Amino acid sequence: MHIVVCMKQVPDSAQIRVHPVTNTIMRQGVPTIINPYDLFALEEALHLRDRLGGEVTVLTMGPPMAEESLRKALTFGADRAVLLTDRAFAGSDTLATSFALAAALNKIGQEFGEPPIVFTGKQTIDGDTAQVGPGIAKRLGLNQLTYVARIADLDPAAGTITVERRAEGGLQVLQTRLPVLITMLEGVNEIRRGSLDDAYRAARAQVVRWSAADAGITELARCGLKGSPTIVKKVFAPQGRAEKVRQVPTADRSADELAVDVIAAIFRTQPPLEDDLLRFAAGQ
Amino acid sequence: MSDAPSNAPKPPAAGRAGTKRELPERFKAYRHVWVVVECEHGVVHPVSLELLGEGRKLADKRGVDLAGVVLAGDSLTAAQTAAAAFEHGADLVYTVTAPILAHYRNETYTRAMTDLVNAHQPEILLLGATNLGRDLAGSVATTLQTGLTADCTELAIDDEGSLAATRPTFGGSLLCTILTLNYRPQMATVRPRVMAMPAREPGRWGRIIEHPLDFAEEDVVTKVLRFIADRESDKAQLAYADIVVAGGLGLRSAENFQLVRALAEVLGGDYGGSRPLVQKGWITADRQIGQTGKTIRPKLYIAAGISGAIQHRVGVEGADTIVAINTDPNAPIFDFAHLGVVADAIELLPALTRAFQAHLSVNRLAG
Repeated sequence: MHIVVCMKQVPDSAQIRVHPVTNTIMRQGVPTIINPYDLFALEEALHLRDRLGGEVTVLTMGPPMAEESLRKALTFGADRAVLLTDRAFAGSDTLATSFALAAALNKIGQEFGEPPIVFTGKQTIDGDTAQVGPGIAKRLGLNQLTYVARIADLDPAAGTITVERRAEGGLQVLQTRLPVLITMLEGVNEIRRGSLDDAYRAARAQVVRWSAADAGITELARCGLKGSPTIVKKVFAPQGRAEKVRQVPTADRSADELAVDVIAAIFRTQPPLEDDLLRFAAGQ
Repeated sequence: MSDAPSNAPKPPAAGRAGTKRELPERFKAYRHVWVVVECEHGVVHPVSLELLGEGRKLADKRGVDLAGVVLAGDSLTAAQTAAAAFEHGADLVYTVTAPILAHYRNETYTRAMTDLVNAHQPEILLLGATNLGRDLAGSVATTLQTGLTADCTELAIDDEGSLAATRPTFGGSLLCTILTLNYRPQMATVRPRVMAMPAREPGRWGRIIEHPLDFAEEDVVTKVLRFIADRESDKAQLAYADIVVAGGLGLRSAENFQLVRALAEVLGGDYGGSRPLVQKGWITADRQIGQTGKTIRPKLYIAAGISGAIQHRVGVEGADTIVAINTDPNAPIFDFAHLGVVADAIELLPALTRAFQAHLSVNRLAG
């Protein structure tokens, strides 16, 4: 079975700094990583391949340097990597991104075999939109399974799949027909340590590199900024609060004394809270 | 080689061309603000009511109606959900009632939503950023080929009447305001607890417009085999707790996280933590508070050993009172806390637990 995993290279957002004067992102020197949510999708794909045979192709759209993430995915054991890169994609919002990725997935199907399963992570850590997976599914007519916690049953011969999907207040057990697009929930597996063989293979591997035209995209007006219905009007830093924090004095106070002071300060700030708490305590 | 490179260098002018307002003729009839009112297993999701409060303001600013959208499996559920929508500000409610809508499925809900939008043409469509809302919004926006802005923290109408949707970006380091100028509807999702709950107006009522659904169970590919409800104890009610105590790396070890739970228990509150604690495995992901975790609006929020990175801040700044405990007097959390204590959380947390316990039992006896 051929499985495709869509990934994104993202800045390690914990380390992003904002320039204090210009309020712009300081990208220089910010390390990039594979979007952590995508690793759950990749591991699930590798696990299925190990069990059922076949190949795992990883696909990403991004600047040439995104090849680094693809190579990393190869070290985990992916069989093939495709980088979709073209300046025509610059400024893509989620609708334009799903358009380009859907085209690349079609091309992958023609070149390397139709994938019955396409995986993505549940969202990225830089955009956090969770929109690209559903966008791809809709464009390619794949049955959409988001927030999948577990693949309970997969029968490639019969063309059916049963999954447990995270919903409000519980898990939905859904059965549908292949082909599907699955977005994996976080924390449901752990990415493997790649083998030494995989590391050697990844170092030598040729990453497939496609431009928009290579991916069969003729309508450039649907790509990048032009193909994006949303526009960013302005970017700004969150404002500080006008009101200053009131510090509870700590000098010469033991932890127990300080605790009493803090509680008194809390109730002075918000008197009804004391009644709420007393009611709660009375109900205990 | 491709012809792409000739199109590639994008002078700023190309970007501006895209920002011009030229709403195509076919979208000019699109009017009114819609909110999808989510109801699963007989419960209306609070985020939908919060959105109705926000949608009311947008509709008033635009001088248009606010409509709730109710997709339901039976007419009783539809009527109850519609009633909740009216009581929280809707002028009218569109209902699509069909047994195949009893449980959420992307296929059926996307079909019902897109039919409804094409028939009644709203200018703004808002959904909660729940698993259901996000699953549905992405499909609907792609089907309609329109813009969708996720996880907004502020919604406004700009000077020219467009929806200005503000959301955190780059992990919450910055905010950006996004417009969908030349496509309709303008779609946005908002996470639970980001917007305030509007006051309920009992007995408020409006017009119900029923819309048919031409879709039978035989035509639906995806089947719901069953629903495994979470055990009551597993349901983290963090987002809606009145009191929340949370810990950060300042706790120094997973064992010390117990101090957070102990205080939360005495206060009848819930507990959570900052993102690094999830990454370290000290707490589960459903306990994470912040931009990529839960947004909370408790009456009292106690942050112990949390530095207060912006991505955490955006998840908690709706709290009525924020108490920050941190050994570093320059920690960013003191920029948005109401009360600050420069102390070691590991010592202060157990002292607070004891003191609250004493205070509550003494005053209970006195009362």
